[in-house]
Amino acid sequence: MLTFTIRRLAMAIPTLLFISLVIFLLLELAPGDPLADMPLTIPPEVREKIRLSLGLGEPMHVRYGLWLYNLFVTEPLHWIDALTGTTFAEGQQRIISFQTRGPVFDTIAERIPQTLTVVGAGYLVGVLIALPIGIISAYKQYSWFDQIGTFISMVGFSVPVFVTGVMLIIIFSVWLGWFPSIYDTTLEVTDWESFIKQIKQMVMPVFVLALYNAAQISRYMRASMLDNLSQDYVRTARAKGMSERVVLLKHVLRNSMIPVVTVIALGVPGVFTGAIITENVFKVNGLGQQLLLSIQGNDAPMVLTISFIFAILIVLFNLIADVLYGVLDPRIRYD
Amino acid sequence: MTDAPVDLKAARPPRNQWWDVWDQFRTHKGALIGTIVFFAILAGVLLGPYLWDIDPKYIDIRAREQGPSWAHPLGTDQLGRDMLARLFAGGQVTIAVGMTAMALSILLGTLIGVLAGYFKRIDGVLMRLTDLFLALPLLPLLLLMVMLFREPLVLTLGPENGLFVLIVIAIGVTSWMQTARIVRGDVLALKEREFVLASRSIGTPARRMILRHILPNVMSPIMVSATLGVANAVITESALSFLGLGFPPDFPTWGRLLNDGLPYINLSPERVMWPAIALSALVLSINYIGDGLRDALDPRIRGR
Repeated sequence: MLTFTIRRLAMAIPTLLFISLVIFLLLELAPGDPLADMPLTIPPEVREKIRLSLGLGEPMHVRYGLWLYNLFVTEPLHWIDALTGTTFAEGQQRIISFQTRGPVFDTIAERIPQTLTVVGAGYLVGVLIALPIGIISAYKQYSWFDQIGTFISMVGFSVPVFVTGVMLIIIFSVWLGWFPSIYDTTLEVTDWESFIKQIKQMVMPVFVLALYNAAQISRYMRASMLDNLSQDYVRTARAKGMSERVVLLKHVLRNSMIPVVTVIALGVPGVFTGAIITENVFKVNGLGQQLLLSIQGNDAPMVLTISFIFAILIVLFNLIADVLYGVLDPRIRYD
Repeated sequence: MTDAPVDLKAARPPRNQWWDVWDQFRTHKGALIGTIVFFAILAGVLLGPYLWDIDPKYIDIRAREQGPSWAHPLGTDQLGRDMLARLFAGGQVTIAVGMTAMALSILLGTLIGVLAGYFKRIDGVLMRLTDLFLALPLLPLLLLMVMLFREPLVLTLGPENGLFVLIVIAIGVTSWMQTARIVRGDVLALKEREFVLASRSIGTPARRMILRHILPNVMSPIMVSATLGVANAVITESALSFLGLGFPPDFPTWGRLLNDGLPYINLSPERVMWPAIALSALVLSINYIGDGLRDALDPRIRGR
């Protein structure tokens, strides 16, 4: 298992390099100009100097190499410095955003908490809803509960996140006025009242994400439970006189969880990229919204770095899913 | 070898296998309703403009932001354009983009899947490529492609065609991977079958082998992927339009209408609701059709 993990990790490096190169080349080949938003009154020679100060004077491969070097060497050194108070990276250049003229990772660090709270809560709630629904639907196959569950998961899977989000805003913000339609990031949770406020503004984005994820995961859970319920060992367990509760929750559930756990792991990066839309609907200023702003502002270093973080998440969770599968299921051996 | 005479008249008349598929498809209630809804939407969107012949681009500034009335059953937008006409026009674009992007994605997926499955030499390379594409952060990449290549394409092909081509290509290029994987798996299994061996032994060239023997046998998974691909393409296009990176406002799609209505959500929520309902009904019906097709095309389920 260890050799498999190491081999996969080694494989991940060229994959990630390729992805970063694709995004870099896309940004390079496109005719966008980071100075397009600057006033036209800036004289050409000053404009040229600004271009040079942004590092745009260097040839393409030098800039790509520099970005890689900054990402993997100077940025981690900066983090170590910030944590321990050492001065390894003093005076070394970091990845600078064209738009804010500050380090890219400062902006990312500001944005990540919002994304993690909303998206993380949405995924967690989705998984927690999906598992019992999947178990009951499978145990009572073709019952009214199963039929309704199937229909709701089909709806949750088909209706795009921005449609459910907008519908919720119409019903609960415009008509009923229960929840705010805009997520207030400046809100600090200090006492009970602000905590309630925080919960209130999280309800709708979390629900939208939870519905979408629960729809898929509950289907997998149901299918996996159905596969196991018809196995011989279930009949044996029942024949031994075990209670239905033990058969279902001890024998069947544990075996059915194996594929579901990997599906849950595989879904995590998708949640981050999918949150771009949810964050935009509810005006949460998270990582996804920053990406959108940077794409619109031709901010190449920011776009490159955020997309690369998403790519790392995808590759990492694919790896985690594969390893988990091997760890949980003794029938699967990679070596 | 028994030579008992087979009574040909008593046996059932020869039947096209698609009738069996249709019989199985009919038993899936959701798929049947989905088909009806889908064709109703399609007919409405295609025939609607003939019955309701207000120009969706006609600006009547004095009749702006009106509620539902006989003159404008779904009201008007902030420039006084008729919402019903815009809904029809938007539906045409949405469905056209969905179909074309699906066709491109299926074409790419089938091509790569068949090549990888049939020719062992390029299998490794093509599958690594598929894995790489699967590891790409697709939505950010799509946003990037649309944002960056918008202007040059609009300048060369005109605002409508340019964006249409751009969005179709962007969606097609980022959604072929699942099809390729499924097709490759099926081709690998088919290659070991006797009929392939038989036709190879009489010297069938690879091109004819693929077109005559392999492709007809992988049609079922391709059809299912195609149906689900339309739903996926429609959602992706609407998401792009919703984020303001799709079609321009005077070239409406359902996602774009949704986006346009958002600032006025307090005044007239129905402006957002109609495109939302239309979009959801379309995707839901297509997904149900795909679900039914998957059951109907699976010979293990069929006939039971």
